[in-house]
Amino acid sequence: MIAGSLTSSPHSARISRVDQVMLQVCLALIPGTVAMVWFFGWGIIINMLLASVFAVAAEALVMKARGRPALPAVRDLSAVVTALLFAITVPPTLPWWLTLIGILFAIVIVKQLYGGIGYNPFNPAMAGYVFLLISYPVATTSWLPPDVPSLLEARDLVHLSFVDSVRLIFTGGLPLETTWDAVSGATPLDELRTRLDQNVLMADIRQSPLWGWVGGQGWEWVAAGFLLGGLYLIAIRVITWHIPVSLLGSLALLAGLFWLFDPNHFPAPWFHLFSGGAMLGAFFIATDPVSAATTKRGQLVFGALIGAVVFVIRTWGGYPDAVAFGVLLLNIAAPTIDHYTQPRVFGHARGKS
Amino acid sequence: MNTSSQPHTQASPGLASHPKVNPSQKLWKFHGGVHLPEEKDLSNQGPVVATAVPKRLVIPLAQHIGAPTRPCVKVGDRVFKGQMIGEPQGYVSAPVHASSSGVVTAIEQHAMPHPSGLPAPSVIIETDGEDAWASDLPEPVTDFHQLDADALRTRVRMAGIVGLGGASFPSSVKLNPGKDQPIDTLVLNGAECEPYITCDDMLMRDRAADIITGARIIVHLLGAERCLIGIEDNKPEAIAAMRAAVAEQQPQTSASIKVLVIPTLYPSGGEKQLIRILTGKEVPTHGIPAQIGVVCQNVGTVAAVADAVLRGHPLVERFVTVTGRGIAKPGNFRVRVGTLANELVAASGGYTGELAKLVAGGPMMGANLATDAVPITKATNCILALTPAESPDPGAATPCIRCGQCAQVCPANLLPQQLYWHARAKDLDKVQDYNLFDCIECGCCAHVCPAHIPLVQYYRYAKNESWAREREKRASEHAKKRHEAREARLERLDRERKAKLRKKKEAITPKTKTVPGKSASVGGAEKTAPAGAGETPIAGGGDDAGAQGTKQPADRQTETAGNAP
Repeated sequence: MIAGSLTSSPHSARISRVDQVMLQVCLALIPGTVAMVWFFGWGIIINMLLASVFAVAAEALVMKARGRPALPAVRDLSAVVTALLFAITVPPTLPWWLTLIGILFAIVIVKQLYGGIGYNPFNPAMAGYVFLLISYPVATTSWLPPDVPSLLEARDLVHLSFVDSVRLIFTGGLPLETTWDAVSGATPLDELRTRLDQNVLMADIRQSPLWGWVGGQGWEWVAAGFLLGGLYLIAIRVITWHIPVSLLGSLALLAGLFWLFDPNHFPAPWFHLFSGGAMLGAFFIATDPVSAATTKRGQLVFGALIGAVVFVIRTWGGYPDAVAFGVLLLNIAAPTIDHYTQPRVFGHARGKS
Repeated sequence: MNTSSQPHTQASPGLASHPKVNPSQKLWKFHGGVHLPEEKDLSNQGPVVATAVPKRLVIPLAQHIGAPTRPCVKVGDRVFKGQMIGEPQGYVSAPVHASSSGVVTAIEQHAMPHPSGLPAPSVIIETDGEDAWASDLPEPVTDFHQLDADALRTRVRMAGIVGLGGASFPSSVKLNPGKDQPIDTLVLNGAECEPYITCDDMLMRDRAADIITGARIIVHLLGAERCLIGIEDNKPEAIAAMRAAVAEQQPQTSASIKVLVIPTLYPSGGEKQLIRILTGKEVPTHGIPAQIGVVCQNVGTVAAVADAVLRGHPLVERFVTVTGRGIAKPGNFRVRVGTLANELVAASGGYTGELAKLVAGGPMMGANLATDAVPITKATNCILALTPAESPDPGAATPCIRCGQCAQVCPANLLPQQLYWHARAKDLDKVQDYNLFDCIECGCCAHVCPAHIPLVQYYRYAKNESWAREREKRASEHAKKRHEAREARLERLDRERKAKLRKKKEAITPKTKTVPGKSASVGGAEKTAPAGAGETPIAGGGDDAGAQGTKQPADRQTETAGNAP
């Protein structure tokens, strides 16, 4: 009798596949995305679709050019995850060609030119975003105001319909009799920077209609959505708690210290956690396994340092938010962090690996 | 059972009735491990079936780690059950016995249950069906306390007992830790953490009393103070049987014997992992349990020790699980060593038809078999026939996404991913920096890898390459030493010959007046030569400069010798 295939143990059924892991990440993005669509309109979804199409096409073309089968690379859904994260990060009115440029940079240069999935030292979505941020700063930072009636009235702003969004993205055309000023607004982090620079006290800044309970109006819900999705990813063990907890923890700790020291000039730690890209970054971006630290202790260091970079840039740097910079900066350091944080191997003396 | 998408995960009905993990006794944890789908119900429902004497026995001469045995029977010899047919060679070795009576018809190479598929020398016995025991078996010992450690060890050795958990290390060696390594704890391994395999479960149910007696024998032999028996909580009947046996025999021993119920988690049955769980101690890397005062034995091994001491029976049979959904009627069998696996399969109702893989051992660590015409050896605990659904083709491996799942489940707390990168790059120094040799090849990492990378295969490859490199290094060092020694010897001989020649010449022409300068140069060469010759062979690795140093005077000497006439 000749038995079936001869392979090395283990012979059991494997538990998961890469595409399942990626799909779980996509699912976990749903709550935050829903909140974004609710407050910032359909542009988010349009960008997600556009970015996904561009990303998959770019991935397939590069694989073909590299003489490798395109289908397995596309099927693992990693390009889609990159596209979704990119689309969430950029403003919902970003012209389509900027999305194209950002995605091409992310997929072709940052991911594929380094060898494709698993080999890229940088998070592709963040690299694509930062590339646009530096090259096209205005377009990349022009956010819509959250669709909260009181806020729109207070600031005399117009909300964009679905058709308006489509037209804006594809033709750059604003609705008739509307100016750019009437549709765009500063993000809470932006507003905070400007006002603090004008020596306005925190207490007064918080009176702005842009402010909600813990973060900016609308933004706090988006952050809560990503927090929820992130907790789901931890629960189903796609990610572990180490990076999110250390990232948010170090951000909150630093913010808390300065806030306790001078609450007039520094926002509260929960404002930091629920503003900008903190939650999205902590659960979905810094945890990108390919470019993050891999040892458990290394992940704690990695997350904590990102949190610190975010706080420092938000407080004293040239950009209102810094999650993308923090992640990219620490991506460079990840191999070194791993090197110095290897776990103690079973049966080895303590204090030495 | 936290994994959702496993094909055969059943909510184990026995889970509710699982005995409580010891309320009193503290247990420790090891890093990682995986919860595997429970497949034990397939094979542990019926009683253990004693198989009939097969017509033909194929008994491999090497069924243990260590030196193979030398056959001590000839073709045509009549042999009896329990008669030694393979003599141990060396200390780490164990004899092999006939497992039934009959006639030796051949001593030849035969396929083995080994992944290499390479055949091994085996004794083929045509049985006579009488199953008659040899007449010169050791006397049964009713009170083992009468025997001292050496006598007991000799019994264990001559009974051919090796570790029955699968590693088959000669037990007598394990039971001889040396005087400078006092043993306080005997750990009995009844964890049986591989899914599907239930032979130890059934053995503990059927032969609990013998296992406990065997444990007492070993405790006595080692002078240990306690015996900890680790059993996973998915074997409630075995736990009950073992506890009852302990209660019965505890009064007869001063050592404390305890059955400890441990959580079901693969690979709790790994020796180092089980010792950690039960005692909290870690076996040092590259070390053995004796270094921390522990000896660990599989429950089957201990039952065999009881057989050897109480009954004088050598190890000629064992319990074997035949299971998997590729088997019509899975179950457990009491099998004579040397019975062919295909006869066991036939006794289990044959194959169901759809066979993806045939495995000797469990799904996590077992060896893939190319054929079922292989004998059951002392190490064979399971013949596993997996259907395509149970062992689906994982498809081609995709690139590692560094998700780190492997590191999360590694019981040795290694970084499997880094090991993989470096093994793939054939960076043998780097894989050792990452402690490749602490890998126990349990397969947890490969099992959880979403990219379906055959990680363990890479580690085996890297280990083999490292060993090969080590061998090569040693061989080349050896060759270098030999070469240097030869050079030195030739030089020495040359010098001696010339010195002799010179002396002869001097003897022949004593009155011939030589030029003073020449005489001095000859004398100088004579002085240098012995010093150089003495140096090279001792230093062994003498460098080139040294060789040059000794060579030059010799050359000069040749010159002078040439000029002399």
